[in-house]
Amino acid sequence: MLYDIWTVFWRDWLVLKRRMPRFILSRMVAPMLYLVAFGWGLGRSIQVIGGSYIDFLVPGILALNSMNISFNSVTPVHAERIYHKSLEEYLVAPICPYSVVIGKVLAAVLRGLISSSIIVVLAWLFGAHFIITPLFLLVLILNCVIFAEIGFFAAMTIASFEEMGQVNTYILLPMSFLCGTFFSTGTLPDAVRWFIELLPLTHTSYLLRGISSGADIALSSVLVLVFYSLLCFFFSSRVFLRLSK
Amino acid sequence: MIRVESLVKKFQYRNKNNKIVWRTAVDGLTLDIRQGEVFGLLGPNGAGKTTTIRMLTMLTEPTSGEIFYDNTPIRGHEQEMKQLIGVVPQHINFDQDLTVGENLELHARLHHMGRVERHRRIEELLAYVELADLVNANVRELSGGMKRRLLIARALIHHPRILFLDEPTVALDPQVRRRIWELIRQLAREQVTVLLTTHYIEEAETLCERVAILNKGRLIGLDTPQAFCEQMGRYTVEWDAVDAREYRFFDTRREAADFMAELGGSASIRRSNLEDVFIELTGRREGL
Repeated sequence: MLYDIWTVFWRDWLVLKRRMPRFILSRMVAPMLYLVAFGWGLGRSIQVIGGSYIDFLVPGILALNSMNISFNSVTPVHAERIYHKSLEEYLVAPICPYSVVIGKVLAAVLRGLISSSIIVVLAWLFGAHFIITPLFLLVLILNCVIFAEIGFFAAMTIASFEEMGQVNTYILLPMSFLCGTFFSTGTLPDAVRWFIELLPLTHTSYLLRGISSGADIALSSVLVLVFYSLLCFFFSSRVFLRLSK
Repeated sequence: MIRVESLVKKFQYRNKNNKIVWRTAVDGLTLDIRQGEVFGLLGPNGAGKTTTIRMLTMLTEPTSGEIFYDNTPIRGHEQEMKQLIGVVPQHINFDQDLTVGENLELHARLHHMGRVERHRRIEELLAYVELADLVNANVRELSGGMKRRLLIARALIHHPRILFLDEPTVALDPQVRRRIWELIRQLAREQVTVLLTTHYIEEAETLCERVAILNKGRLIGLDTPQAFCEQMGRYTVEWDAVDAREYRFFDTRREAADFMAELGGSASIRRSNLEDVFIELTGRREGL
């Protein structure tokens, strides 16, 4: 099974390697805009407890960016399934179906981490202060895993390319802004806050912010992320197993 | 080599009243295909050929029935059985982001081939299908004929004992079609069992030792092309009637000639072929 996972990962790595300069450049645009607009521009007039707004902002940008990149890294599987039908190549091969899910998710995690590294470098250049620890990396990886799995599930179940875009519009975009990325969820009305705090990105934002500033963090949030990653793996595997039958 | 017993596949769909109803795509198919045989599945559109191939290649689960390879049921032995088969699908399904060589390498890796063996085999097969110079080209750059040949090469990398070809020469010009026929004949000489579906009657007649004719999911005939023609009558007289072309079949040329003399006019006499059998059995002249 490990060899099969490696094969699936190898294919995505081959494609990424070929497009690496383009990938890096394109991944710099959105974080740069966030840092300029919200960090330098709007951020100068915002006061947050325990540091500057840019220090507050960077963990949020890391959370939302790793979410977007890992989700969108898996969505081409939709085209492989519906348009090119190249996914059939995996379905007729003597491999364990789980290895396809794991291989694709790992490749998306790699893209998410590369993109996060770019943000870390840019944030330092912009003068942000934050600490990166092994737990910080673990949280980032878990966030990538969760959204890569959601992306895989969407790619397996959604019928058209247009509907794939709607997932971005109706799910990822609101989460990008509301899940503690740009401001604390404490300012939201209770009912909204309660709902927002159920979402994995909120836990990622709080954990990354807490760890990077050296503050105490709720370990229950790590458990929530682990729970989400297992739950999403269950659903994405189930949908792929159903397809392979 | 391949044994199919009472294979059934039903699909759900919504009818015009928006109610969910079942459609039977394959209805009780039973077949026995010998090792090294080139076996054809013939039928009009919607006859169940592709659904049959998809069940045989484990891409679609049968509603009921069993499939055996070498007397082993594929149900419960999918991984082992997938190692035995090669699949050439009807649609071109290469990975669009990979080159010719990388597409073959991906397939070889998915079939657990070691590094040295897969590189040797890729080189060998690209030479076999005359695409060696294009190893580093993107698959998008290939012509239709090249893509078809590459599909065959990819399906053969892991030395399958059974090769499934779903409409292997669809939309190809006659020269390319004949080159692919030669590849298929060569495989049969190497004892690879070949099961192909086709719309082209000439293709089935030229390549297949036996053909099964499907219509509306049911097997309506199974024999050698020659036996089919003989059963129907070796000679065909055809003529233009008031509203359609008419055909009549005879065992001897003399009987056919006598009938033609009675008709007079523009009737002609020729040897019967598989197309005549197909039209007679499926009863869908417009389907061709």
